[in-house]
Amino acid sequence: MSRTGRDRRLSARARATALGVVVLIAAVLIALLIGPVRIGAANVFRWLFSFGNAPPGMSEQQALILADLRLPRVIVAGLVGASLAASGAAYQAVFRNPLADPYLLGAAAGAGLGATIAVAYGPSDALDLTVPAAAFVGALIGVGLAYGLGRSSLGGRATTSLVLAGVAVASFLTAVQTFLQQQRSDTLRQVYTWILGRLGTTGWDDVRLALPSVALAIATLWAVRRLLDVIEVGDVEAQSLGLNVTRLRLVVVVAASLATAAAVAVAGLIGFVGLIIPHTVRMMVGGSYRSVLPLSVLFGASFLILVDTVARTVIAPAEIPIGVITAFIGAPFFVVVLRRNRRTA
Amino acid sequence: MKVEPRAGFATALEVRDLSVELGRRPILSDVTLDVPEGGWVCVIGPNGAGKTTLVHAVAGLAPRTGSVRLFGRPIDELGRRERARTVALVPQLPAIPESFTVEQYVLLGRTPHLGLLASESRRDLEAVASALDRLDLAWAAGRRLETLSGGELRRAVIARAIAQEATLLLLDEPTTGLDIAQQLRVLELVEELRTAGGLTVISTMHDLTLAGRFAHRFALLSEGRVVVEGTRAEVLLPHVIAEHYGARVGVIDDAALGWAVVPLSGPEP
Repeated sequence: MSRTGRDRRLSARARATALGVVVLIAAVLIALLIGPVRIGAANVFRWLFSFGNAPPGMSEQQALILADLRLPRVIVAGLVGASLAASGAAYQAVFRNPLADPYLLGAAAGAGLGATIAVAYGPSDALDLTVPAAAFVGALIGVGLAYGLGRSSLGGRATTSLVLAGVAVASFLTAVQTFLQQQRSDTLRQVYTWILGRLGTTGWDDVRLALPSVALAIATLWAVRRLLDVIEVGDVEAQSLGLNVTRLRLVVVVAASLATAAAVAVAGLIGFVGLIIPHTVRMMVGGSYRSVLPLSVLFGASFLILVDTVARTVIAPAEIPIGVITAFIGAPFFVVVLRRNRRTA
Repeated sequence: MKVEPRAGFATALEVRDLSVELGRRPILSDVTLDVPEGGWVCVIGPNGAGKTTLVHAVAGLAPRTGSVRLFGRPIDELGRRERARTVALVPQLPAIPESFTVEQYVLLGRTPHLGLLASESRRDLEAVASALDRLDLAWAAGRRLETLSGGELRRAVIARAIAQEATLLLLDEPTTGLDIAQQLRVLELVEELRTAGGLTVISTMHDLTLAGRFAHRFALLSEGRVVVEGTRAEVLLPHVIAEHYGARVGVIDDAALGWAVVPLSGPEP
């Protein structure tokens, strides 16, 4: 009997993984295919299989559009989506809170403030590491403040207290950010376009900027995914199972904040991905992070690639900020999760 | 490595002068307790006496002063994981993770046996299957926790502790919230595990009749101190219970019905 239960679940996970891979491939192809310059599916395929050289029948210009505009943008969108979804799942695990999300927790706002300070007051080199480093420090401060405030002043355990604290912290940090922007009006435009979520100017520089942090952070979260399940039974029980809860929570918060900071540094503030994706994955495969984390990475990447494609298509040649679309989907989703959570609590 | 009982070492747990303060408030004061290997000791006492804190302190989960030795070794000498392979806790109000299957939940008991980043081996899955089997839950392996009844859920939590393969089992109010049949079933299963598996059991219990029928020795905690310790005949006496619980009870020892503590209501005669 035990075997069949196990096999059934494994196959649910296998099915979800297969679906995730198919969706990701489709998302990448769709994103490469769609754009102001018509390239054609056959050309895109042939280009992919000739590893970036312009195949016969395709202009140099078309190959350049694919190589230098569309491909890096797809990769960055994928990295950002994977980061936000994975860090959302990770925050939800270590705070044992279904509403934790890099955006709602103040991590994204902290990263935004950090990056704004770096842009407004730092050196003007685009690939300089000060922007992501400042975003990372800001993200850690944001999460630290939200967690500390949620625990001390609002009585800890309640699901909503952490989120309320996160909203307060995010508003505060955003206010400081706005103030700084106004102070430095010469960088206002640069900061502003960036806050709204900009993949419009994405190039290979952004891939190089985001990839190391994202890879390190996701690899860390991936490695500890089994331990995230242990934390689900609460601190005391997890300790009785031999887990160093404090250390794990620290490692996970640092890794998730690093992923969030990398995402914010290249794409600006994009909300709700960390909420939508992990919860959707849970509905497919259940609550164990051994499945939720890897599948969040997979579906998060596809989701943001598709959202970005919509963002640059709907009112072309202008672009809708990505954060606007994710908020359109995410805000109602948030209400659904809140209601579900209230029922079970 | 699990801490194996040493040859001829008859004490599973030795507590000396244990004190616990939480937020400067003394919860336990100078508790001394011995638990023989293979025995079942029940910690009783009124609400707020410190029973749960005692159980947590024994598992190394509460800040304390005084000494706690497991099978002769000071608990502070054991690493976290080694300690967790020696003592398993079944909490009074276990946190139930959402959308977990029973098998995934019981597998958490293997945590102290797994390397930090390792995944489970065949041996771990066998331990889980065996624990489910012994708690009559093999049929529920693929079921979600939230679909289980209260009794089944309690058995799942005990199965997790059994999968932990510890030699000392701490049960904090194992019968809370269960109907009378499930209360008996859970305690009978624990008794089976104790006799068959060489387990030592420490439980806290409010139901003195069930406690008296299953445990061998009793420690009565009151306001953080062990006020009486001994066998059923030494501890579970009407005047002792009256003094520390503030309740009038009678004790029945009937040839046909067995032993029971019954509350006496109404005005005193």
